[in-house]
Amino acid sequence: MKSIHRFLLIVFFIASALTAFASDEHDKHAHHDTHKKEKFEPGNFIMDHIADAYDWHILSYKDKHVSVPLPVIVISEQSGFHMFMSSKFHHGHDAYKGFYIAQEGEFRGKVVEKIDGHEVRPFDISMTKNVVAMLISMIFLMWIFISVAKAYTRRKGQAPKGMQSLMEPLILFVRDEIAKPAIGEKKYEKYMPFLLTIFFFIWLNNLMGLVPLIPGGANVTGNITITMVLAVFTFIITTFSGNKNYWVHIFNTPGVPWWLKFPVPLMPLVELMGVFTKPFVLMVRLFANITAGHMIVLAFVSLIFIFGQISPMLGYGTSVISVLFVIFMDMLELLVALIQAYVFTLLSALYFGMATEEHH
Amino acid sequence: MGLVTPELGTFIWMFLAFAIVLFILKKFAWKPILNALKEREESIEDALRSADRAKEEMAELQADNERILQEARKEREAMLKEAKEMSSKIVNEAKQKATQEADKLVESARANIESEKSAALNEIKAQVANLSVEIAEKILRQQFADDQQQKEYFKKLMDEVKLN
Repeated sequence: MKSIHRFLLIVFFIASALTAFASDEHDKHAHHDTHKKEKFEPGNFIMDHIADAYDWHILSYKDKHVSVPLPVIVISEQSGFHMFMSSKFHHGHDAYKGFYIAQEGEFRGKVVEKIDGHEVRPFDISMTKNVVAMLISMIFLMWIFISVAKAYTRRKGQAPKGMQSLMEPLILFVRDEIAKPAIGEKKYEKYMPFLLTIFFFIWLNNLMGLVPLIPGGANVTGNITITMVLAVFTFIITTFSGNKNYWVHIFNTPGVPWWLKFPVPLMPLVELMGVFTKPFVLMVRLFANITAGHMIVLAFVSLIFIFGQISPMLGYGTSVISVLFVIFMDMLELLVALIQAYVFTLLSALYFGMATEEHH
Repeated sequence: MGLVTPELGTFIWMFLAFAIVLFILKKFAWKPILNALKEREESIEDALRSADRAKEEMAELQADNERILQEARKEREAMLKEAKEMSSKIVNEAKQKATQEADKLVESARANIESEKSAALNEIKAQVANLSVEIAEKILRQQFADDQQQKEYFKKLMDEVKLN
């Protein structure tokens, strides 16, 4: 226990130290051709901030970019396995070993290579910004809860204290307000680890997404792949814990006229579709909520630059209003962060409850 | 469209990482935490239940005490009453006896006094007789010192007898 805790602590600190060691030496010969003022495009600005990236951008000043380079791992159909730091791309301006970050088109912002004059995506398992942020948050999560668990074993039978007393009401909330009512007193225990993990993972990442600085600022729960994995887990667990009653409900729905099931199995088809739409909706809901929140915040920030281009004074004036709106949105997002974690967990628990419900 | 297209690479990373974290947290965090919470809840419930039981026992004990006290009180009252009766009886008896005794005493005293009185009276009577005889003697001696007087008296006496 103790060694695991220490290991996590070390990994976490190394990760934060790496991210703090941010400055990139290649900035010295940053691109001189970008000196001329580019027109500010709010669409691209917002997308670049929401989308995943190969480096962790911290700030740009004039044409200096400060970012944390992250490993790019690609397997090309032509040239095979490659692994290098994203700093080789010089913030997306250079190509390296035939790979470059597409600036336009279908693969905008992704690593591509040119094969026969076509842009082709290699098999890309790069540790992108979202992957690294997700890993950091997981280390953080493990660190918090393993230390809380240790506190429970160390202070057996005593009142909770410190982090333990902060987490206990939340854990009890997930158990008593989500798992028990949705799944039932008898079977809820089996699902508690998963429900607690997704609840805290989603909440923590939602919150970290609101923090603009490293190691926050990555849009992890607003990434469709991340929410997809969470939904896939819910789907797998639901499917595997489905009892006879659950499958009967899907393939031979009781209380429905027979001609809806035979000869055309309309009801079974609809029910079967429901099996897949449930996790799909989970995936989309979390992704859309978080992404939309970020988009609104970024849109308010964009307003400053749009007005700033018209006249600097107008930009300053707008910034006051924009910042106020951003503060308001961030407050709202704090709430949304918790609500979305709650909703995802609650719905997952409801699906598990449906899958394990006994015939009555 | 990049925003809504899942990335296979990210998927692989996330799937593996999430599975591992789920496993580690399940083993090293959730199990001990949930067990500890459950244990504590059970112990609290036990404590409450035993407190209730203790309260009930206490009430029972109190009722018992009350009952015993009541009984004791009754017993004491009865005893007191009995004692009182007994004492009054004894006192009465004593009184009666005393009265009887006193009566007897008084009676015997009276009898004594009576007998003494009669004895004394008899004695006094005898004494008085003696005295009167003596006095009479003396008077007679004196009066009949000369013969003249004797004759006179005798004559007188004789006259008296004649009258009779």
